[in-house]
Amino acid sequence: MKVLETLKEKLGERIKDIKIHNERRIYLTVEAGDIKECAKIVFRELDARYIIASGADNFDSFEILYHFGFDSIGTVISLRVFLARENPGIDSLSDVIPGISYIEREMWELLGINFAGHPGLSHFLLRDDWPEGNFPLRKSIKTDGANSE
Amino acid sequence: MNDKKKVIVPIGPYHPLLEEPEFFALYCDGEKVVDVEWQAGYNHRAIEKLSEGKHWDQVTFLVERICGICSTSHPFAYCNSVEDLLDITVPEKARYIRCIIGEMERIHSHLLWVGLAGHFLGYNTVFMWAWKYRESMLEMFEMITGNRNHYAMFKIGGVRRNIEDEDIPALRKVLKDIRAKLEMLTHAVLDDPVLGARLKGVGVLTKGHIKDFGAVGPVARASGVDIDIRRDDPYAAYPAVEWKVIKTENGDVFDKAVVRLLECMESVRIIEQSLDAIEGSKGDIENQVREMPVGEGIGRHEAPRGECFHYVRSDGSNSPVRHKIRAPSYTNIPTFKASCVGQMIADVAIILAGVDPCYCCTERVAVYDADKKNKKLFGFSRLVEMSREKTERMRKQV
Amino acid sequence: MNLKMKALKKSLWVYHLSGGSCNNCDIEILDCLTPRYDIERFGMVLVGSPRHADVLLCTGIVNKKCVERIKEVYDQTAKPCVVVAIGACACSGGIFRDGYQMAGPLNKIIPVDIYIPGCPPKPEAMLAGIVKLLEKLK
Repeated sequence: MKVLETLKEKLGERIKDIKIHNERRIYLTVEAGDIKECAKIVFRELDARYIIASGADNFDSFEILYHFGFDSIGTVISLRVFLARENPGIDSLSDVIPGISYIEREMWELLGINFAGHPGLSHFLLRDDWPEGNFPLRKSIKTDGANSE
Repeated sequence: MNDKKKVIVPIGPYHPLLEEPEFFALYCDGEKVVDVEWQAGYNHRAIEKLSEGKHWDQVTFLVERICGICSTSHPFAYCNSVEDLLDITVPEKARYIRCIIGEMERIHSHLLWVGLAGHFLGYNTVFMWAWKYRESMLEMFEMITGNRNHYAMFKIGGVRRNIEDEDIPALRKVLKDIRAKLEMLTHAVLDDPVLGARLKGVGVLTKGHIKDFGAVGPVARASGVDIDIRRDDPYAAYPAVEWKVIKTENGDVFDKAVVRLLECMESVRIIEQSLDAIEGSKGDIENQVREMPVGEGIGRHEAPRGECFHYVRSDGSNSPVRHKIRAPSYTNIPTFKASCVGQMIADVAIILAGVDPCYCCTERVAVYDADKKNKKLFGFSRLVEMSREKTERMRKQV
Repeated sequence: MNLKMKALKKSLWVYHLSGGSCNNCDIEILDCLTPRYDIERFGMVLVGSPRHADVLLCTGIVNKKCVERIKEVYDQTAKPCVVVAIGACACSGGIFRDGYQMAGPLNKIIPVDIYIPGCPPKPEAMLAGIVKLLEKLK
């Protein structure tokens, strides 16, 4: 797969793991500290299209997948990062991809992940007076927003 | 000095002590828009969280109700994502039926848009006509699926209902009528000098804007960005039928209208070819799925507004452990920051409409003074009035 | 009060309000204006401000961000007025009722007079509901 070879060449040592689900769905694990460099390479240098980022609560860690589209070959390349359970944080990519600032706000308020350098982490989908520390998408919170402990 | 800030009598409910929640806050200096802020959340219904508590098959019904206008786009993308996870294909007849439903939805959605755009510009007859033609599409939906909206046609592995041979002639007749009406509407838009003067050069988005925000769909294609998931990452029966991707270069509201109208014509072609393919066919309409392995999947669909993206993760149990949903408007709406800033307030209503956001979203726009940020000047109904007044002025000039 | 209600029956002014919906009910309400159903022949008009409204058509679950707005609009509507909950979401919360954004259903926030269930209710169902409303006002 040509795109995978190009990515291996450009990202080099930063790639910690490669999962090829099929020809058009590839997941690359990178270190959280390298995400800005990787995003610059994929989004600017390789001219991929920014699709969205998805955060997830894995019970023992947090995970963010940054999804990029290579449309000429119909492929989605997802960059996966793992974050610590306590005080999860990562660099904001808003200066690399202007449109990503909204999903970062959403991940901050729904999962409690901090984005360093974000222009303004404030409530986006939830009310401004939403109880502090209540992150609805975390597994410790029930569907109706109550704490399950 | 004070003629720079025009104060307009506020229209609509406004209580100085109560903060009126708005979707969009526009800050203006005189006649020009200086900044736009998008405040979301008024339609947020916790769907990603609810998804984690439902069975895989129940999620299809849940995601249909994300948006009423592109009701089938979300089940389409969701089923694609689960089928990607499972690594299964869908039977041939089901693939064609999926395309038929998806394209019928595209036609009804674009006609709805044409009506609303006409309404904002002061062409109320266009609104009435477009919605009247749309009715015939909704009748066909009811005939095939049982409901005018929220058709519940999709299931993982196939479709839930067949399109019966005896219904096909009625569908063909409606398509023939719609084609004629669409041609008429397209010429009405392309040939009207007032519409041309009103919409050309307004709300322009460059290729750079499209890239920075990740905009998709007709918004991107009107700016010359050649992306369409149906062709780029083929699924269902799209590779088996002949159709073309519509793209223009100028990125203004006029081009967005042209792209949508011409896309409807392509949709009619796709449906007609699909009907030819399934007529008389006795094929299966689903691949039964009994177990869900551990894994993750990504599925997409080219909804009327652009790429609809779903990501699902399974731990082998009956419910998704994570379901990420990205509607096309999520990346299209922020483009207002680029398309509205520097434009005249009278054009804001039509620029907002150009991106085709949810109808409910556009209802709640407020315009504020750029210097005194919480001094609200007026709301959406006044913006629509200003848009219509401008159309009238241009009509007298032309 | 009865005389006033009779006067209301001549021409009902309707204000539409959404508390967080998928828009389908809202589009079907607008559909009632189109030539096929044409509620204007009954003298019903969609107005731009709740101050002029006799009937409040409400859709949506009433999500937590919308609660104050719904109450505010209800307070501003001239009384007597009739509140209609349109669609499964406004009637009971529908498929979203277990979620963390749910502050409704509508009758928890403002008093509701008529419920028109459906997802979405067809324009015919809404017209049938309006007719029942007119009977109720008699």
